[in-house]
Amino acid sequence: MVQERIIELLAEATATDAAEITADTAFADLGIDSLDLTEMAMQLEEEFGIELEMKPEIDTVGKLTEVVESLKG
Amino acid sequence: MRRIVITGMGVVTPIGNSVEEFKQALFSGKNGIAKITKFDTEDSKYQLAGEIKHLDPAEKLGKPFVRRNDPFTQYAVIAADEAMAQSGLNADAEKGEVNIDSERMGVCFGSGIGGIETLCADHTNLLEKGMKKVSPFFVTKMIYNIAAGNLAIRYKANATCTAVSTACATGATAIGEGYRTILHDYADVMICGGSEAGVLPLTVAGFGNCQALTDNTDPETACRPFDKNRDGFVMAEGAGVIILEEYEHAKQRGANIIAEICGYGSTCDAHHVTAPDPEAKQVARAFLQAIPEELKNLDCEKIYVNAHGTSTPLNDKTETKALKNAFGEEQAKRLHISSTKSMTGHMLGATGTVEAIAAVLALTENTIPPTIHYAEPDPECDLNYTPNQAVKTPVELALSSNLGFGGHNAVLAFRKI
Repeated sequence: MVQERIIELLAEATATDAAEITADTAFADLGIDSLDLTEMAMQLEEEFGIELEMKPEIDTVGKLTEVVESLKG
Repeated sequence: MRRIVITGMGVVTPIGNSVEEFKQALFSGKNGIAKITKFDTEDSKYQLAGEIKHLDPAEKLGKPFVRRNDPFTQYAVIAADEAMAQSGLNADAEKGEVNIDSERMGVCFGSGIGGIETLCADHTNLLEKGMKKVSPFFVTKMIYNIAAGNLAIRYKANATCTAVSTACATGATAIGEGYRTILHDYADVMICGGSEAGVLPLTVAGFGNCQALTDNTDPETACRPFDKNRDGFVMAEGAGVIILEEYEHAKQRGANIIAEICGYGSTCDAHHVTAPDPEAKQVARAFLQAIPEELKNLDCEKIYVNAHGTSTPLNDKTETKALKNAFGEEQAKRLHISSTKSMTGHMLGATGTVEAIAAVLALTENTIPPTIHYAEPDPECDLNYTPNQAVKTPVELALSSNLGFGGHNAVLAFRKI
């Protein structure tokens, strides 16, 4: 569920077809910048009731999904 | 001396979202003022505005751009896309054949207020949800120079990029300063204009409470510049863009030359923050500065003046006095004058550019757009304001004047080439 939501938010932010985004997709390949990522992180915090700090090493959909999953417990 | 011409124009206005649509509306006297739809006006004394309608920015600019930019930037880019397409200019090798050196193309673009819709929305977030909930896009959407910045990025304009603000004269000042930039050889092309998207409860309350707005709720009489019963302006939103280009540069690349910008006057009342100087000396001086020497004795019958004409009691009579000071009482009576705000409402920082475009259209079409809603003459406003019907007549010089809170006066002059 977390991954689907992340993909949905990314698809919306970049006007990309959600079907083209997978766990392996790197944020850099979607052409989004740190402002987009911060905004998405804020959205995820609100929806999943977590405190999320975006770090450079969280650079793919899969890695972000893992972090969010572990934070929401 | 370098001559400067117009090679592209674009608009987003309450009476049309392209220059062609705007032109038809302008000459047929279309009213763009209506009841405010953007917010609930139940508690407001002020019910009317000139809003942008029938425009889908997401369709024109894509959802990601719209999400990251305030409406004032969206309107600016839509108008600029139209103007740039008409100019045929391209500085970006990725977009095809380059016909302007990007380091010789600049931007001078302003807004009266900037991204105030964003400011209001994020301030509400701050108060209701705390500091962590302020959008990371807040600053880059809100700051007033960001429409200019986005235009430079979009068209690869490296020469210079500045944002000017002279309140309600902004759209004229931006063109005038862009004109000087080419005149003094800092660029060959300037993308100039103004944009505003501020019809919001905060601004309507603010302008209303400083007694600038009419509380008339009838769209057919609320904005009636130069009429005896005028009692305030009607807020509006929009954007205008004019592409200025050095004449030889435009000729060499075979550009479509629309008209020449032949003068710019810029003065300040230095009198009061909102009220114009009743003597109107500095407005008159701005008119005289703008008119080229060789046209100083032109028969006023051949001159069109797109007046600031806000429909406030003070502005319209002071502007009338300024015209008499500048041209002389008898000659001033021969001028063709109109206030196209009677149709569009007052687009604040965009108004100077949109009205400059109206002046250029009057010149090229030899047609004076009317001042609509004009019913009762005012003894203090006794010139020819082209009441209610467009007039076909040869025009040799078109002037557009705009006056802003702070005492800023800007006048632009255009002639045929």
